[in-house]
Amino acid sequence: MDDFRSRVQGERAYLLRYAGLQLRDSHAAEDTVQETLLAALAGEAGFAGRSNLRTWLTGILKHKIIDAIRRSSREATLLAAEAGATELDALFDERGHWIDAPGAWADPDASLEQKRFFAALEACLARLPHKIAQAFMMREHLGLETGEICKELGVTATHCWVLLYRARVALRECLEKDWFRK
Amino acid sequence: MMLSCKEVTRLVSQGLDRRLPFGRRVALRVHLAICDGCTNFSKQMGFLRKAVAKLAEQSPKS
Repeated sequence: MDDFRSRVQGERAYLLRYAGLQLRDSHAAEDTVQETLLAALAGEAGFAGRSNLRTWLTGILKHKIIDAIRRSSREATLLAAEAGATELDALFDERGHWIDAPGAWADPDASLEQKRFFAALEACLARLPHKIAQAFMMREHLGLETGEICKELGVTATHCWVLLYRARVALRECLEKDWFRK
Repeated sequence: MMLSCKEVTRLVSQGLDRRLPFGRRVALRVHLAICDGCTNFSKQMGFLRKAVAKLAEQSPKS
């Protein structure tokens, strides 16, 4: 029993980081992790060695994170209509051709072995407008389908794809400038 | 019908989120076969997905 408790506690730092990447608010992340740990300890029977402990805890945490997003989108009046496609217009001419076409990145996979690369990626994520980052991380970090993301954020599927598209384009630009071209 | 690079980037992104209709997939493939810029863009989108998936495994910044 106590062994289970300490193993669960041992995952705390990982869970905090996981929640923090999505929520970008240390208090909110702390709260979801706390709720997760409580739920896990109360529901030990549900675990019963079925899967990897971290995987199981992360599954609980995802639900808590989604609840937190739902609560906060209800509170903050959403959609201060984060300005139009301006950053996209700067990349293409009026006929939709690249103004400065992307070049190849040298051995990107090698970057995945470098701590500094992930720091650069996080800095790029932090620069995204809130709603765009939220949609993007729900997709790529939590691994949700677009349908669920639209529902939680209260936007149409089309708008959802636009948010994800804008996130990816902005991150590509940022990584190129701050990492690959350095 | 020829897609512009701007439309191609939009479709490449959407293709990561849903299965594109057949006609779009074909048009996309035709465009990528002749356009280096969009091909690089497309590869980089795949890389971005991989990188974000690994982000949680990194130990927190001190």
